[in-house]
Amino acid sequence: MTWATIERFSPWIATAMLFLLWWAFVAIFRIESYILPSPIETFVALYQYREPLLKHGLATLTTTLLGFGFAVVFGLLLGILIGSFRLAYSALYPVLIAFNSVPKAALVPIFVIWFGVGTVPAVMTAFMLSFFPVVVNVATGFATIEPELIDVLRSLGATRRDIIVKIGFPRSLPHFFASLKIAITLSFVGSVIAEIVAGNNGIGNVMLIAGSNFNVPLVFAALLVVGLMGIGMYAIFAVFERRFTGWSVRGMGGIEHATGG
Amino acid sequence: MSFVQISNVDLLYGKQAAADEHDATLALKNTSIDLAQGDFVAVVGPSGCGKSTLLKLISGLIRPTRGEVRVGGETVVKPLKIVGMAFQNSTLLPWRNIRDNVLLPLEIVEPYRSQPRGERSKNRDRADELLRTVGLDKFGEKMPWQLSGGMQQRAQLCRALIHEPSILLLDEPFGALDTFTREELWGVLQELWMRRKCTVVLVTHELREAVYLADKVYIMSPRPGQIVTTAKVDLPRPRSLETTYLPAFIDLVHECRHHIKLGTAA
Repeated sequence: MTWATIERFSPWIATAMLFLLWWAFVAIFRIESYILPSPIETFVALYQYREPLLKHGLATLTTTLLGFGFAVVFGLLLGILIGSFRLAYSALYPVLIAFNSVPKAALVPIFVIWFGVGTVPAVMTAFMLSFFPVVVNVATGFATIEPELIDVLRSLGATRRDIIVKIGFPRSLPHFFASLKIAITLSFVGSVIAEIVAGNNGIGNVMLIAGSNFNVPLVFAALLVVGLMGIGMYAIFAVFERRFTGWSVRGMGGIEHATGG
Repeated sequence: MSFVQISNVDLLYGKQAAADEHDATLALKNTSIDLAQGDFVAVVGPSGCGKSTLLKLISGLIRPTRGEVRVGGETVVKPLKIVGMAFQNSTLLPWRNIRDNVLLPLEIVEPYRSQPRGERSKNRDRADELLRTVGLDKFGEKMPWQLSGGMQQRAQLCRALIHEPSILLLDEPFGALDTFTREELWGVLQELWMRRKCTVVLVTHELREAVYLADKVYIMSPRPGQIVTTAKVDLPRPRSLETTYLPAFIDLVHECRHHIKLGTAA
């Protein structure tokens, strides 16, 4: 087995080992399944409740993607604003930090008062949790444009819009995609929290009901579903990232071209 | 007939931010320079003497605190569009291949900017032609990081020239290169200039580079930068590496060096 094959399968091996550890822990200490179910019991529950899990999983996925979508659009706009205008940066950054320090779970009841129980508070929470990394990363991409590069463009008579389009966007793309991978996972956290606190739908709601019935294997099965969806979305953005920002990852057999000038 | 005229310019950095004028940095003091169209001049001096500031003044990126900058008879009040710039660090865009990097100015400067799409292939040919003159044919499709430092600087020169600017401003373009590469690029730059006859202002702290390339060498004092003296270089063109071993060349370099010493002591 070559090193490359090991690297290829390493995520699967690591996951399998984690499940094995979990199983051994439960077996050795004889832990009751209403405290911590074994992975086998969890998989059984996953199969047994596959239909409600699928239905509520899709509901959670929709909620998450909605919140995430808003976060991307809003985060991108705010990030460009903060990254390209010093005044916007000094004015808004402290507010943003304060805002991000607020525990989002505490906001859910307020959203419920405003919008009622259901999907809207979950979308809002997912949005609240996930826009911050997008803003910060896009702003960083824009704020760290080399001054010489701006001089080159300005001395050609470029407008601020030219600089944003020709340099800001492409330069921030790697930062942007990195933030998407963080934002999508946070977005799941947001929607599931909201569903637990005040949902009538979704995986979080399944967990709440299963928990109150001491159906702990189902709780864990639901957690597994969230984890799987998270990995799935992460993988999709990783593919996009490779496609659009390949230039930022150097050395794909290119070193031999670098000859003396 | 002067083309670029800098008259009695002072430049104070951080004037707004500083409480009184003593906290602000005086980068340039009472500086005057006069260039005719097609001149190749070099500006040398110790680090931080305001050489780069001078370039920014000419290009209109900054405005003088006192005095006046005129280009083509008109006072410079905003960034000029007839300028090409190149810097010490490669400022090529890493997400574009070399040809697209060279074509960047044409996406911004009129009339190329609003050209119909059909003209694009003509522009590509021009970029390729320019790349060929600096020995970078076959490299148009490569990404910047695939090129060595010297090759990146060649590409940067092409980008600075593609829109046929009447003024070329070079801020230590060869400063980060090794001696051999640098000397080779002196020849490349001289050839480009002799072909196009644009006005060139080269900022450097390499005296041999200044004397090799320029018709006139301005020597500046340490901060606040002031022009100490001007050396005229009457060596015939095209100059080559052999020129740098001629007594006349060496004398000129010595003379310049002498004035830089005086500047430092003052």
